[in-house]
Amino acid sequence: MNVLLQQLVNGLFIGSVYGLFAVGYTLVFGVLDILNLAHPAVFTLGGLTALWLVESAGLTIFQAFPIAVLIAGLLGLLLDRVAFAPLRHRADTYFSGLISSIAMAIMFESVALGVFGAHTVRFPANTMTLHIWRFAGITVTSLQVEIVAVALLFMVGLTQFLKRSRTGKAIRAVAENERMARLLGIHVDGIIAFTFFISSALGGAAGILFGLYFDALSPDMGRSIELKGLAVIVLGGMGSIPGAIAGGLAFGLSEVLTVAITGTSNLRDAVAFAVLFAILLLRPSGLLGRARMREA
Amino acid sequence: MAQLTYFFAVYGSLVNFIGINALLALSLYVTLSAGQLSLGNAAFAGIGGYTAGILTTQFGFPYSLSLLAGSLAAALVGFLLGLPVLRLRGVFLAIATLSFGEVVRIAAINLKITGGAEGLMGMPTHTKTGFIYLVIIGVCYFLAKLRYSKAGWSFESIREDETAAAAMGINTTYYKTLAFTIGAFIAGLAGAMYAHLSYIITPGEFGFSAAVNLLIYCIVGGSRVWVGPVLGAALLTALPEILRGTGITAGPIRMFVNGLILLIVILFLPNGLVSLFQRCRTVDAGVLAGAEIEEK
Repeated sequence: MNVLLQQLVNGLFIGSVYGLFAVGYTLVFGVLDILNLAHPAVFTLGGLTALWLVESAGLTIFQAFPIAVLIAGLLGLLLDRVAFAPLRHRADTYFSGLISSIAMAIMFESVALGVFGAHTVRFPANTMTLHIWRFAGITVTSLQVEIVAVALLFMVGLTQFLKRSRTGKAIRAVAENERMARLLGIHVDGIIAFTFFISSALGGAAGILFGLYFDALSPDMGRSIELKGLAVIVLGGMGSIPGAIAGGLAFGLSEVLTVAITGTSNLRDAVAFAVLFAILLLRPSGLLGRARMREA
Repeated sequence: MAQLTYFFAVYGSLVNFIGINALLALSLYVTLSAGQLSLGNAAFAGIGGYTAGILTTQFGFPYSLSLLAGSLAAALVGFLLGLPVLRLRGVFLAIATLSFGEVVRIAAINLKITGGAEGLMGMPTHTKTGFIYLVIIGVCYFLAKLRYSKAGWSFESIREDETAAAAMGINTTYYKTLAFTIGAFIAGLAGAMYAHLSYIITPGEFGFSAAVNLLIYCIVGGSRVWVGPVLGAALLTALPEILRGTGITAGPIRMFVNGLILLIVILFLPNGLVSLFQRCRTVDAGVLAGAEIEEK
């Protein structure tokens, strides 16, 4: 029982990182209807930049974190300018956007590879002071708590931002109807660029937390979360922020539960993708997604 | 003649891989020509490859029968998969086929009969260069014929506008499934030939990045004519060798160039490199892969 409980707690921790990653992913999809496949590469570069700041520039993780998140956000602006903005007028923007984001992902990953090398790297051992708490047979580290706290802070912050701030409302307006938003005097291109900034900043933050949690960073770490992130946002409903958060947690839990039940880690991803597949067929709008037009 | 022998001694395997990749790209071209974005073709190749490999190594099937069985198995799975997933459109179809591909890959890792993560080995290397290119010629001939058949025109009209095609009395479900199944058949054939080319096949070779590579071949070459995918596959498969000729050997730079080519093509040549040679009759560059101008 304790083992199971421990697994559930672990699932919650990793699920919050998935959620944070997926929130950025789904935000761009919600606004532009474009799947930004470069998001995982930004995730990777965010984590590696933070590592570089800690290791080579001698910053503490608490200084490096905001700087790396900012840099990840700037990468988002670059993405929008180079890969998405030029395609916006095209009729097939969802398809060409998908392709150009793949191109950007390849280039970002090659930069990560060229700058940081192909090997797995980790944060120095004393990056975070680690406390270990045990109660009721469950072990929780201060790192885990901090990760969940940061992830939740970002996710709740984003939700509130979208809900209450003027810019947040403008983002939602653009998501609802771009042309109408333009008619109402919203600076649509600026809003979209800003959306990319937020999305990528969150992706970068997820990369840093992921690197801290698993104590491993590598240029291809985005690959491992890329498909999971997709599964999460489909599960939660494409474009739905609360859906992405819930989907991330559910996905984290399902992963650890599959391992706990089957006793092997081999089937972990299979269950997730089988669920994803089933959801697409049975309820394409996702668990929390609004019923929007999937067809024509 | 001596030079030719030398060329084949050095580049023989490259020539073979170009052939296999061209076949795989052609398989995706069929699906794309009906406006359906599939990321499952690498998995179909895997199904074909594993079926043929297992039949050859464990049941002593002759080469020709293994090839046929592998292709038919892939086509059957493609048909059964196509029926439900082709209700989805655009990105959602891509994600569904992608998750199907992941399930196939994970199954190949976990099953005994497929040799697990180490892969299936021991296939006699029956596939010869001449045969590969004979098959390509055959497939190209078939596709060129198909293009101007009733099915070809139906594919084209579905790609341009599915709703309009249905309104014109075209049985869209039938033709989409047909395109999907033909694509799966060709992919399975390519996979089966590949299994008998390289002695060993591993699950990772048929994963997400393989699926994305096929898409890149089609986009870079051009997905409107059958020449495009062949050109794209040939160019990008040979690119590492070409770059080596110019003195660039570093992996990251090669990768970067790959991404850059893709980006330039999608930004400036939406119909692929082929459109450089034939100023396309269809000026409307945008409409690709079932694009819909959709009011969000």
